[in-house]
This record gives sequence, structure tokens and C-alpha cells, in this order.
Amino acid sequence: MAVLSTLEHQLLNEAQRDFPLEPQPFRALAKRLGTGEAGVLAAVRGLLDRKVISRLGAVVTPNTAGASTLAAMSVPADRLDEVADIVNAEPGVNHNYEREHAFNLWFVVADSDADAVRGTLDRISDATGLPVIDLPLEKAYHIDLGFPL
Amino acid sequence: MSKVDQSDKALLAAIEDGLPLVSDPFAEVAREIGASETDVIGRLKRLVGDGVIKRFGLIVRHRALGFRANAMVVWDIADNQVDAVAAILAAEPFVTLCYRRPRRLPLWPYNLFCMIHGRDRHTVMEQIAALNETAGIADRPNAVLFSRRCFKQRGARFSSARAGVA
Repeated sequence: MAVLSTLEHQLLNEAQRDFPLEPQPFRALAKRLGTGEAGVLAAVRGLLDRKVISRLGAVVTPNTAGASTLAAMSVPADRLDEVADIVNAEPGVNHNYEREHAFNLWFVVADSDADAVRGTLDRISDATGLPVIDLPLEKAYHIDLGFPL
Repeated sequence: MSKVDQSDKALLAAIEDGLPLVSDPFAEVAREIGASETDVIGRLKRLVGDGVIKRFGLIVRHRALGFRANAMVVWDIADNQVDAVAAILAAEPFVTLCYRRPRRLPLWPYNLFCMIHGRDRHTVMEQIAALNETAGIADRPNAVLFSRRCFKQRGARFSSARAGVA
């Protein structure tokens, strides 16, 4: 597990949301934390290099700037690696997890429109010979405030 | 989705792998898509204001922080009760996502989905028991799907939108 410096911890508390949208955002963030811009930039790079964060950017609300769905497959255990590779190779797939259930492979597909999402699911089903169940979001109840430390 | 035009999609595509870590990241993004820094910042503020961007900031990889037990918990809740039950579940701090999705009978009978991230399996199971009790849904059909391997984790792609932009 990653060991965080004080500044890294502060950054994760302060900057999972409401990143300053202004010309010099790291300077603004540094000011808020009572430190310097160079230190903040170095700390964010460090978090990225150690894979504590995946990026600094936007989390887009599903189905606003495109279309997305959650898909599930029931994959025989001896084919799981092969099928996971086929799923990962699709550029529209952004999360892909093995889970403990008869439906053991779960992935999220997002693309510019619903036809593109459907196309990805169809290609995966054709390439694997396995059915894919499509579970699109109908309603979101939770406001994503970031991950509590 | 009239809130999002092609220029917005091009901007989201330009930042899908993250902002450049430089002093003036929005100016660099602006150069990449042939816009002005003012336009980029203005668009991002509007997308946040309109709810298209639900959060802008550091995207944490929970496993790296020691939150290794990740469960997707699903229930079959009557359609006329699901909103009220979901409101109770979504209010719990350890519930990181809460969605309604369609059932796919007979294979998949569940319509309410929650994601829980915890440090260990035991804690997560206790949290699920607490959810069942608080929401009064312990007698409803449900399943707990802990994650095993993560094959892929990244943000959504909007790159295909770039083709539509001159």
C-alpha cells in the first residue's frame, strides 16, 4: 500500500473535486494549501508515477456526453484470461473486472453514442461466442464526491 | 443531449487521459484543440455547472490506498420502492455508487446496484449487513460480487468524437 506524504494526503483531501478551473490551477491549489506551485506539481506527478491516482481530470456523468453501459458475461474459468483480453482490446471498454459470481466478468463500455456501444458488445459476443448481458444505467442515486480517505 | 456539442466532446477527448502537469494546463489543452485558454476554461466550467462533468480533480486508484475489498452489491427491489430504498443506501458514506439498472430475467433478477470499497472483506460484509438492516431489505433477493482481478481501469473515451471536429 502506498505511503503518503503530508502534502500528498492534503492533495487527495482537497483536490478530488473542485480542481481550480483557472489559468494557473496548481498555483491556486498551492496557495490554498499554504505551499508552492512546484511542490504541488511534483506531488501530483509522484501520485501518478506510483499509480495512487490514474489521472487528473474529469469524471463525466454517464449518458450526458455519450452513451455507456455495464455489461456482464458468464465465462468458463479456463477461458477467463482469453476472454478478458478480447474485452480489453476494445477501445470503448474502460473498466473490466473479474467478480465472484456465475456472471464473473464485468466491464463498462462508453462511447460517443448508443450504436457504438452496441457495436462493441456485439463484437465481444461474436468474438467469444458467449452472450453479453447489457445493463445500462436507468437512474443514478449517488453524487460522486470522490473517494473518502 | 443538447447540453454537449462537438467542441465539448473534442475538449473531453483531449483531456481523457488527464490534464498535462504543467503550470498552465488549460492553455496547453487549448493549443492542442485549436481553441483559446479562455474558451477551454469557460467550457469546462459550463460542463461542471450543467452536471455533464460530475467532478473534476484527482482520480484515485482505491487499491493503491489499501482499499482492497471492493464489492458490487445488488438487490431485487420492487419498482415502486426502489427510489426510496436507494435514497437510504446512497446516503451511507461507504457507498461509492448507487444505480438502478434493468433486470434481465431469468438470468439477472436484480435492479439496484451499490458499490462499496473497504479495507478488508470482513468490514465490507458488516457494512452490507448494516445496509440491509437500515433500509429494511434483508429479506429481498440479493447478491454480493467481490472483485477478484482488475483487468482494466481508466476513464471513459471520447476520442471517437474527434473525427467529427475539423
